[in-house]
Amino acid sequence: MTDIVLSAAPPSPEAIESAWRRVQLARHPQRPRTLDLVALIFDDFAELHGDRSFRDDPAIVGGPALLNGRPVMVIGHQKGKDTESNISRNFGSPYPEGFRKAQRLMQLADKLGMPLVTFLDTAGAFPGPAAEERGQAEAIASSIKLMTGLQVPIVVVIIGEGGSGGALAIGVGDEVLALENATYSVISPEGCAAILWRAPEAAPTAAAAMRMTAADQLELGVIDGVIDEPGEGAHEDHARTAAAVKEAIVAALGRITRLETEALLMTRYARLRGIGLVRETEIGAGQLPPEPSLRRRIGRLLRLPGVPRRPRWSELWPSGEDADNNEEGA
Amino acid sequence: MQIKLPFSRRREVTAETWTVCPSCESQIFNRQLERNLRVCPTCGHHFRMGIGQRIELLLDDRSFVEHDAGLESGDPLGFHDQKPYVQRLESSRAKTGLREAAVWGIGTIDGQRVAIGLFDFHFMGGSMGSVVGEKLARCFETALAERIPAVVVSASGGARMQEGTLSLLQLAKTTAPLSHLDAAGIPFFSILTDPTTGGVLASFASLGDVILAEPKALIGFAGARVASGTVGEDLPEGFQSAESLLEHGFVDGIVPRSELRTTLSRLLHLLPVAAAEDGGQTAETRGWGPIGVLSGMAERFGTAVSETIGIEVEQPPADGSGPAAPRAREDER
Repeated sequence: MTDIVLSAAPPSPEAIESAWRRVQLARHPQRPRTLDLVALIFDDFAELHGDRSFRDDPAIVGGPALLNGRPVMVIGHQKGKDTESNISRNFGSPYPEGFRKAQRLMQLADKLGMPLVTFLDTAGAFPGPAAEERGQAEAIASSIKLMTGLQVPIVVVIIGEGGSGGALAIGVGDEVLALENATYSVISPEGCAAILWRAPEAAPTAAAAMRMTAADQLELGVIDGVIDEPGEGAHEDHARTAAAVKEAIVAALGRITRLETEALLMTRYARLRGIGLVRETEIGAGQLPPEPSLRRRIGRLLRLPGVPRRPRWSELWPSGEDADNNEEGA
Repeated sequence: MQIKLPFSRRREVTAETWTVCPSCESQIFNRQLERNLRVCPTCGHHFRMGIGQRIELLLDDRSFVEHDAGLESGDPLGFHDQKPYVQRLESSRAKTGLREAAVWGIGTIDGQRVAIGLFDFHFMGGSMGSVVGEKLARCFETALAERIPAVVVSASGGARMQEGTLSLLQLAKTTAPLSHLDAAGIPFFSILTDPTTGGVLASFASLGDVILAEPKALIGFAGARVASGTVGEDLPEGFQSAESLLEHGFVDGIVPRSELRTTLSRLLHLLPVAAAEDGGQTAETRGWGPIGVLSGMAERFGTAVSETIGIEVEQPPADGSGPAAPRAREDER
């Protein structure tokens, strides 16, 4: 562990303030939501409903649209504008049927060869008992799997909160872009603070430590580009924000639609395979040492001193007692 | 590999000779617990199991060979909560004897070769960061290249928060190879043990062709602290249990530990790898496999692709400032 630079230190007060300001902007009540941007970006949009199995989840919207006259499939998380619409849209936190509706639309895009554009804006997939019973984890997993193999170009735009698995479920793409004040995180800052700091009020510190701003995500190689927002933030000018997002989507599609399908899929695979920090240290093959010779085995039977026990994996990796600090993710 | 045997030849009798079963509160002699596969002899409570014990439970004696044993986590975010991430890694290493929360390798089950990945919950809650994701991806890619079944025994709290979204993206990295297993006709067996939650359940673990669970294992999407904090209501008891998943149709069966090996062996016979369509081309000619898939892509699509292949060792910045972050992608725009 010596060759990697370890500048690990608690985030500075400035970093905390700056990260938390972005989190607030990403959650701003007047921030343009998926349907706001869709109306401003696309020439036509027909929303399609339902997962054909259980119900229509209003926390995810989607359907075909025209981008500069060209058909594309659009899918996005949808938060509400006020308390009433937020309740009906479950504050943009999908149930499994939302992800299954998204999968249905992705398959339709695949069938018709339409590029897919997704907008990410969720605090996370809904975690309640009903969601568990209907297979929240399976819905997210199969959605991710479907996207990794979809034979059409995918552009992902994080427009607000990119919250964990619920965001990634419609967030696997050939190009992943984010608005300047959007965030992307493995768990909400509140959740991270509750688990690692055991104090929900540490959320701003957790936000800074997780480096969840768009600029940080670009530096980490998780996203491919940042779209500037007007003035103090996207909430100030929906039209200009939409124009910038449209320009970025058109440019990204221009780059990736040039690839043949096979190249597109392999590039997408390679992009995912390359994410993360992995250090390969030189170490011998992980094999148990050879069985002791017959003479030694007899010696062990006779409990002679200096004769090793037969090597076993459970002694090489003794594991531990049950963990006192159960780490969780999301 | 240097083998360190942590136990003296003759065990000392200490206060840790007994374990109290959390389920029936009976006292169990530790050696009896180990002999009984860490299952309570009175009530059948399944205690958590380390990777070494799991290998001895499932695989033929001395058949397991670990692959990519040298992969180690860095600290891409310079993460520091109440202690630095590197310090948490170090103490987990010292505690478990493992280098990371997961191990993968090739072994045999009743003579049938499998690529197998295993988690240890005792190493940072079995959480999945870059290295765990990398090991599982290589496990699946090797199953693909060698046309052998893949098996993963999960025990994980989810994605590792200390690596931020790099951990989140491991959900996609470990899931992407499964489509290739589908296309190649190679089965994947997912075994869920206590506990399997969060990002591990929301990726490959839920996508097994067959999914088995251990009795009473905690299996669910959202950890209890996250769920109760978000939903703001008391959660019903047992709604994240293996039994609840069976009832709702998300696992194929609940298998007691003593029957796990025979069940897996039977399923490997019943669900064999499909005959290769290409007349048994080898891994080299197919171009798949941990190295083949990447170098093959680079050859075919040139530098644009090879630049995005980032699995080689990441070097720290030359000037020594800041954590070693994977390269930014600004050059591509």
